[in-house]
Amino acid sequence: MKMKINKTTKKNTITYLMLLIAWIVVEVLLRGGHLSNLISGMLVLLCVYSIMAVSLNLTVGILGELSLGHAGFMCIGAFSSAFFTQCFMNTGMNAGLRFFLAIIVGIVVAGLFGLLIGIPVLRLKGDYLAIVTLAFGEIIKNICNVMYVGKDSNGIHFSMKDTASLGLDVDGTVIINGAQGITRTPRQATFTIGVIVLLIALIIVLNLINSRTGRAVMSIRDNRIAAESVGIQVTKYKLLAFAISAAIAGAAGALYAHNTSALMATSAKFGYNMSIMFLVFVVLGGIGNMRGSIIAAVVLTVLPEVLRFADNKRMLIYAIVLIVMMLWNWAPAAKEFRERVKERFGFDGSKAKKAGKEEKKNTKGVA
Amino acid sequence: MALLEVKNLSISFGGLRAVDNFNMVIEEGQLYGLIGPNGAGKTTVFNLLTGVYKPTEGMILLNGKNITGKKTIEINHEGIARTFQNIRLFKELSVLDNVKVGLHNHYQYNTLTGIFRLPGYFKTEKAMNEKAMELLKVFDLDKEADYLSSNLPYGKQRKLEIARALATEPRLLLLDEPAAGMNPNETKELMETIHFVRDEFKMTILLIEHDMKLVSGICEKLTVLNFGSVLAQGETTSVLNNPEVIKAYLGE
Repeated sequence: MKMKINKTTKKNTITYLMLLIAWIVVEVLLRGGHLSNLISGMLVLLCVYSIMAVSLNLTVGILGELSLGHAGFMCIGAFSSAFFTQCFMNTGMNAGLRFFLAIIVGIVVAGLFGLLIGIPVLRLKGDYLAIVTLAFGEIIKNICNVMYVGKDSNGIHFSMKDTASLGLDVDGTVIINGAQGITRTPRQATFTIGVIVLLIALIIVLNLINSRTGRAVMSIRDNRIAAESVGIQVTKYKLLAFAISAAIAGAAGALYAHNTSALMATSAKFGYNMSIMFLVFVVLGGIGNMRGSIIAAVVLTVLPEVLRFADNKRMLIYAIVLIVMMLWNWAPAAKEFRERVKERFGFDGSKAKKAGKEEKKNTKGVA
Repeated sequence: MALLEVKNLSISFGGLRAVDNFNMVIEEGQLYGLIGPNGAGKTTVFNLLTGVYKPTEGMILLNGKNITGKKTIEINHEGIARTFQNIRLFKELSVLDNVKVGLHNHYQYNTLTGIFRLPGYFKTEKAMNEKAMELLKVFDLDKEADYLSSNLPYGKQRKLEIARALATEPRLLLLDEPAAGMNPNETKELMETIHFVRDEFKMTILLIEHDMKLVSGICEKLTVLNFGSVLAQGETTSVLNNPEVIKAYLGE
């Protein structure tokens, strides 16, 4: 029992350490001016996508439900936090504090929407749930596209038509301008802040998994009927996990919004393509494996940029790498091969697994 | 007062009356058997008792309290826990965690305490671990606590299911074919365990079983179901010698 606790703690500590080392290495390279503009410009985005991968992995891996609308929650987080920043831009509030509060706003609003959307969506299962989340993601994106919000001395004005119908005073400003979105948000998100948010998201998710709540969520994933039979409140825990996942996506959105001077709810940024991209991170990195999904997010985001030299063969190479990585990670033959290599070189961990497997083999006759 | 009282319980699926006018009284501490040929409606009775199905007619009283039509979760909170004919473990969780899920409602701390690792987390988790290990020891599963539950051999999976059900601290334990798929040695061991559980935890147990050796070995009272209705009821020996029961099982 003690060993097991140590094992998960060890695994989690390795994940945190990896993140920390990555941060130190990148910071050193950055300070030394060894990173190309291309890469250094992507650093915050890497954090954003990693956070999204962790967030979606909570829904897919731990809650066991396929969500195809996660970019929608990121969109909510981005718009609400940018809106908050715009509202308090000229009030003399400390910029750091404002950014911190903006992230909190993004988290809270996205979490609330997660709860709200979760109520109807989580009544469904499997493919049906996936398709409905896809639809919700698109709805969110499209609503953000037709929203006009402005502010003047009378307060906040809202319209779904155009800027003119906002009826702003002369001194008023348009904050969300329909399809043109929110512009001139200060670019306050830095790599360090991104890493901190990612680290917090990781700690929250990993701690959640190894707690009473996490066990309840995973028991529902593994066997809903059995979970009910031991008195687990299925609906409550499903909603809770979904809302936390949405809230973390909101944090990613807040970072994203403060890393771009023009925030627009375009399909390329918040559409289902992005949602599926996040799902690829999760599946490739390992369902339920947070560390893996972060690595997958980083590799798959950097790869297309690094491959720019290949010009028109870029996406071809990208796709081939994706296929090879997927096979290497998840094909049974490749798995077996890796096990054999591990055994050969005497890594730990393979022993315990083998013992379990052998015992299972022995009992097959009885069953 | 009887612990469980079932009155005129019936359920129809379309035109099929799966359980018809079922009556049963179980006293505190009894080891009660529910037997019958395949398709007699035994598991349906379990599903009715645990709220998986809502009865068309009839009443279920647990310790005098009406629990008819309540949800599975509420019924578990009232004190009925069960195992399943086709094992339903939390496959991706460790053996220990399976039992800890069973302890969920008796050892509480809120989600934030868990996420931020406040002192309550460590205290409660420690108590949970101890209690879970204690239960696992009863079923001789303590050495496999770290295994994934799906890696356990079949017989041990059945035992783990019982341990998980007991972790919810029920007053009445329902076992759906606990000996199914076990070899004679395992069955014998299981009989001893069931006896032990009854004595140690002062548990009332209702079990469905096909293994007549197990039934005659441990059950004090029996109800025989056939085609959804009660064929015979009473002391084990007299029921098993009832010519009607023999006919239902062996044919004429």
